[in-house]
Amino acid sequence: MQLMSGNEAIARGAWEAGASVGVAYPGTPSTETLEAFARYEDVYAEWCTNEKVAVEVGVGASAAGARVLATMKHVGVNVAADPLLTAAYTGVNGGFVILAADDPGMYSSQNEQDSHFYGLAAHIPVLDPADSQEALEFTKAAYGLSERFDVPFIIRSTVRVSHTKTPVEPGEKLAYEMPEYEKDPAKWVMMPAFAKPRRKVQLERDEELRAFADSCEFNKVIEKGRAVGVVCAGAVYQHVVEALPDATVLKLGMTWPLPENTIRELAKSVERLYVIEEGSEYLTNQVRSLGVAVSAFERELPRDGELSPGLISYAFGVDVPGHIETPGDVPGRPPALCAGCPHRLVFKELSRIKAIVTGDIGCYTLGALPPLAAMDTCVDMGASVSMSHGFEIALAQKEHRPVVAVIGDSTFAHSGLSSLITTVYNRGAGTVCILDNRTTAMTGRQGNPFNGVTLQNRPSRELDLMGILQALGIEHVSLVDPHDAKAVRQALKTATKDQADELSVIVFKAPCVLLHRERKPYYYVNADCRACGVCTGLGCPAISKDPESGFASIDSLQCIGCGQCAQYCGFDAIEQIPASSAKEVAR
Amino acid sequence: MSATTVLLCGVGGQGTILAADLLARAALEAGFEVKVSEIHGMAQRGGAVTTVVRFGDEVSTMVADTGAADCIVSFETTEALRNISFLREGGYLLVADETIKPLPVACGRASMPANARGKLDSWNAVLIPAHDLAVKAGNAKCENVAILGALESRLGFGSDIWAHVIEGRVPPKTVEANLTAFELGLGFANGR
Repeated sequence: MQLMSGNEAIARGAWEAGASVGVAYPGTPSTETLEAFARYEDVYAEWCTNEKVAVEVGVGASAAGARVLATMKHVGVNVAADPLLTAAYTGVNGGFVILAADDPGMYSSQNEQDSHFYGLAAHIPVLDPADSQEALEFTKAAYGLSERFDVPFIIRSTVRVSHTKTPVEPGEKLAYEMPEYEKDPAKWVMMPAFAKPRRKVQLERDEELRAFADSCEFNKVIEKGRAVGVVCAGAVYQHVVEALPDATVLKLGMTWPLPENTIRELAKSVERLYVIEEGSEYLTNQVRSLGVAVSAFERELPRDGELSPGLISYAFGVDVPGHIETPGDVPGRPPALCAGCPHRLVFKELSRIKAIVTGDIGCYTLGALPPLAAMDTCVDMGASVSMSHGFEIALAQKEHRPVVAVIGDSTFAHSGLSSLITTVYNRGAGTVCILDNRTTAMTGRQGNPFNGVTLQNRPSRELDLMGILQALGIEHVSLVDPHDAKAVRQALKTATKDQADELSVIVFKAPCVLLHRERKPYYYVNADCRACGVCTGLGCPAISKDPESGFASIDSLQCIGCGQCAQYCGFDAIEQIPASSAKEVAR
Repeated sequence: MSATTVLLCGVGGQGTILAADLLARAALEAGFEVKVSEIHGMAQRGGAVTTVVRFGDEVSTMVADTGAADCIVSFETTEALRNISFLREGGYLLVADETIKPLPVACGRASMPANARGKLDSWNAVLIPAHDLAVKAGNAKCENVAILGALESRLGFGSDIWAHVIEGRVPPKTVEANLTAFELGLGFANGR
């Protein structure tokens, strides 16, 4: 028995099935899956620039005969939707399994969409493991099923499957013989003449899959009492078992297509049938569409966020057990840009000039929170650049504040680059700040095209960011050290005032503090502090203000000695301790 | 349902996720079914972190509900207050005697909760001098393992199991300090 997360188990299942190619763009809660897969012997795994590219690499490798694993978070599936919906026409050669990791409750995402809908929309079967053992078994089995039905399979997990460790009994690696690739345009060239017959193939396959769903061993009826029947899947099943121990439960392992006869039989055998799911009404509506009556809960079950046994019990009339209420005066503890984050001052200066800041996904979204509060929008990967273009178009005839897009290096590679080309092509204006921290920081410091680090440490190329920007023909491109407050201020002033009618791109280049963890001697606040509050306005976790006197102080354990705050102090009250005494302290 | 629910909470960077992992592995070695549910992603950025470990003969859900945790282990006093509603009636509360100001407080936009210590006392919290114990053990970073030592006084898995689990998971150089911190935590809790 090994304790494995759902993600580790999915990777193990793919490896045991003989998958030899893994592709992904990192995204919580999916990221560790491909990292775990990449550690197995005899596999090739890579980070792609985005999820669309990953799925296309996957379709290619599958067509060539390899068994392939592609992993992504739920919103990544949106990016990959284009190839995905047509891959359901072409089908596969080697088995192709795609992990869609959902985030109900939005622990680390901008929405909580339900990936089941992609199964429905794409005609791609969806398997829903409820723990790590199932994650391994379902994934392993999905490869054979993918080849049998000639269609990719989706493994749909949620944060409570992907990030929960449960005991797993690993199995043996299967011998997978790669079939020869044979040219077959009618299967792989999806032009209308070939796509129309493949569409018919897809519809016939749907019927076979529907028949299979009723016999699929991943769908299980756990017989208990006859008063209450429940249809559920994934992590929600675990909550249902806890909350409704007397209910007869249809635990769906396959959530598209549904086992229609099994559901109808269950509905006949119980007094009331309920569907319990989180994040959407996908299952409820699917069950209703079979003509099966779904009972209403005694009290409302939340339609947003995660479910839990307590919420389910409450919906069935059980009150919340006795407990102590959380005191009302507990302050929030939001995450913050790290102490010494080299890109903090960009947000400070954007806030100072009251720019309209279109933001993006990743650590830099944290610049939206007070005291920096330097962000107006954040929608999806790459949107900072295209949305700033939209702001500029709409405000062109009006007096307006400067419009500035802020995007990280990995996000820029993911989809910011194609947005920027649109702005350049259409002679758009505004300022784009690329905060190049040399990594994909928020998801755990993965490689990307601009740092030239690959998933399995194969030799790579570091893309020349400045060269690319210059090659696009952008009038104003500059490279600035973000630690230097004056340089940051000047660069933003030049771009937003002097070059206001043209497009300018500023690359702020400095590595993420978590990459090297170097520490310089720390800074401290001396007796000259006037309690003005400027340094605490930087939002550095190491700096705090005395609630009574207002004087600042710096936590020597958190301070990494970046010196950004000292540049903002108007009274020379922030000083660095000499290197010699720093060593004394460390001792 | 016979499973025991332990909710571990703290501030990103305090080692709550490693502590939860050690607890889960110890429970597994003690012969229980186990689930450990982590919410990470924000952990290195100073945000509030909670992890749930459930173990028993059978474990279904991996989350803790309001009034459902048998035990809350908090690595920080403010986080103990934030998570107190998860504790069931008759459950117990272990809290590291350490307070970390959240950023909104540090930059003057919010205040620390009133009478935190008094509230913890009224809830019969066991306050563990985890920092002092870890320093005494030779490594301030072993606070999380000192807290696990205190938790063991309630769980009774046995020191051998813990030693084996700790040796298998912590950096080799810190094994000795961690084992000492564990024993100091256990001794502290038993001495009460």
